[in-house]
Amino acid sequence: MTTTILPGPVPSSAATEPTTGPKTEPKIASTTGPTDQGAAERDTRKRYVRPYGDTTGDGMVQMSFTLPVPHGPRAEGAAQQLAAKMGMDPAMVVHAHPIGPDFTFVVVYGSVTHLVDLDEVRVVEREFPLLPPTEVNATIRRTLRRKLTVVGACIGTDAHTVGIDAILNIKGFAGEKGLEYYRELRVVNLGAQVSVPELVKRARAERADAVLVSQVVTQRDAHILNTREMAAAFREAMGEHRPLLVAGGPRFDPMMAGELGVDRVFGRGTTPGEVASYLVHAITTSPAEPATAGKARA
Amino acid sequence: MRRGLLGLDPEVVATARRLAARAAGPVVELARAHTTVAVERATLRLAGITGADSAHRSGDVPWVNRVVDTVREHCGLEHGVALPVFHALTEQGLTSLTELAEATAAGQVSYRVPEGRERTRAARAARAAVARGLRTVDRNRAQREKLVARWGDPAQRPWIYLIVATGDIDEDVVQAQNAARAGADVIAVIRSTGQSLLDYVPEGATHHGFAGTYATQENFRIMRAALDEVSREVGRYVRLTNYASGLCMPEIAVLAGLQRLDMMLNDSMYGILFRDINPIRTFVDQRFSRQVHARAGIIINTGEDNYLTTADAVDGAHTVTVSQLLNEHFGHEAGLADWQLGLGHAFEINPDLPDSFRMELAHALLARELFPDAPLKWMPPTKHMTGDVFRGYLLDGFFNLAGVLTGQSILLVGMMTEAVVTPFLSDRDLALANVRYVLGAAGNLAEDFRPEPDGFIVKRAHQVLSETVDLLERIADDGLLNAIAGGTFGLMRRPADGGRGREGVIVKAEGYRNPAVELLETGASR
Repeated sequence: MTTTILPGPVPSSAATEPTTGPKTEPKIASTTGPTDQGAAERDTRKRYVRPYGDTTGDGMVQMSFTLPVPHGPRAEGAAQQLAAKMGMDPAMVVHAHPIGPDFTFVVVYGSVTHLVDLDEVRVVEREFPLLPPTEVNATIRRTLRRKLTVVGACIGTDAHTVGIDAILNIKGFAGEKGLEYYRELRVVNLGAQVSVPELVKRARAERADAVLVSQVVTQRDAHILNTREMAAAFREAMGEHRPLLVAGGPRFDPMMAGELGVDRVFGRGTTPGEVASYLVHAITTSPAEPATAGKARA
Repeated sequence: MRRGLLGLDPEVVATARRLAARAAGPVVELARAHTTVAVERATLRLAGITGADSAHRSGDVPWVNRVVDTVREHCGLEHGVALPVFHALTEQGLTSLTELAEATAAGQVSYRVPEGRERTRAARAARAAVARGLRTVDRNRAQREKLVARWGDPAQRPWIYLIVATGDIDEDVVQAQNAARAGADVIAVIRSTGQSLLDYVPEGATHHGFAGTYATQENFRIMRAALDEVSREVGRYVRLTNYASGLCMPEIAVLAGLQRLDMMLNDSMYGILFRDINPIRTFVDQRFSRQVHARAGIIINTGEDNYLTTADAVDGAHTVTVSQLLNEHFGHEAGLADWQLGLGHAFEINPDLPDSFRMELAHALLARELFPDAPLKWMPPTKHMTGDVFRGYLLDGFFNLAGVLTGQSILLVGMMTEAVVTPFLSDRDLALANVRYVLGAAGNLAEDFRPEPDGFIVKRAHQVLSETVDLLERIADDGLLNAIAGGTFGLMRRPADGGRGREGVIVKAEGYRNPAVELLETGASR
């Protein structure tokens, strides 16, 4: 993704500008302080940016953290050192107080010496827009004119329903309600240790639009083998008219969808809202879906 | 002192209570007519069965599960588990229930419902064993009273309630003790995600929970001992909370009584609505667990706050009041006194709405005046915590202010990092500083707080109460189970024949015996 608005000469400082924090030596960074950029930076300031405190280029940030050090000058010195290593120069420890006898909480303000090169910003592109529940519901009503049926299960010997429950149960995850919360989604949660043939049978009986499987156990690649087996079974039993297949679990890589034979893979930290948004996106943009729906419900 | 600020009509309040009783009546009958696998397992836990079958192919299966499942296979559970078990104990010539459980696992025991003299003998032995368990519960209650007398209650109301949840009981101990030193009066150890859906209670000390720590008897013991240690140090009795909810609610209640826990989350409908547990299973398990809590001197915390995380906090305000009245009725019916009813409610109104704080005050004051003797539990904002921690800190400050201004009893400390991360040590410290500031600066402001008799707050409270009465009327007419099936609470539709755990519900036979229920209902200890 290119966001350069003003292409121009790279300031000499950028070449030496470290892009990662931990290795930064204040000594190097200090040669590129905010005041000695000159005209070159003004030309290219839309490509190279620093945080804004109250003046362009001042690089001011705030930060707070806790150190496992008793409160006192030593703790404040330690905080100062950490801030310097993170590229803050000068760093001011503006506040410190003890948390119990062994910890110190500090607030640090200071100027960071790093530059951000907007040309190098790489954003992982989600292929679908994140929608709030009301919009998910509205889209389903508008495009499907019926509820969207989701069948979920933990397949194989996996008894860890944590993942599937976090996505499906109304209780939800990370402050987001689960799919049960969505009025236009009909959720059938089959729970743990569901066999692949059973899952296919239920998905067919429930006329599932989408099947969600969760896999937590990864011993001997069980999660990969189980998911492949599931995808193959759906292909065999239902061919073109199979439901949308979604696999999720902490050890899955979202790049693996093709390899596993499913439509989408969700990794660690996925929230119900992302899954709901994806379902709506996939079902409303997939050309096969209207035919499937029409046929299944004729 | 604060009573009567809203000028509620005692007639209307009495009508609301009458309607709640009418709505709850059929459900209580239903609860009396059934037992569940969990109630029977809880009975065996009171009778002294501990431990698990570690040789079983699907991992550690608690002995109570092995025994109850086997009895069910052999002769059904409609007569209760106690008679067949204590009959088998004599018949096999065994001395302990653990030996009986081992023999059961080895397939050496055949269970049947005894008749005549054998039945009388088994019933007597069962009652004696269960009574021993209940006397431990009674001793723990007396011990708590003694320790509260020695170390004292918190100096202020509301009590400050903090959650720890690391997944590892040893880490929880460190966090809990630090929280107590920093001012927490109540420590809740949140459970591992999904424990409510396990149909057994895990065993032993645990170190690998998901976003929480498993509730086990050993974990309960470890944490209570740690809090006793820190109570002595800080000079006040620090209370311990866990969760009697989910499929093992009755067993968890028993374990809480056996390990001197002080408060338990225990809502009459939460499992149905938010965990899709079968309604009848829930109401049967509920009644038993509340009877145990009543006996153990445990304060229950109900979960009305949850409705407002799904339904709108303004439109759904009256559903909270309805549920509080139902929880009160179910609680009283099970023997809980008013001081044990930690009815819940929450600060969840969208802060962008005009007058949102005034509405919060109205709702909180309504709960206070409807339940003057209940230790109300005041829950912090979660739904409108966005990750903007600065705004979240301000919102929590207003939540604290509403809490002290309306005389709430138990204040769950809000975290500015709600919905962001599990709280850092510093988040908890800052949150407590927020509470301390508000308590110190405005703790006695209630004295000067007189809402205008025709003002916004009073009118809003009256409106919510009148909506409450309307809804209760409808529920009393349609039946509570139908109301739950129709999505009245938290927008969830839960039919009475659906949900998890319904296969564990059993209709009681004529000759059903459960010494635990008998002892709990009569208050006897022999």
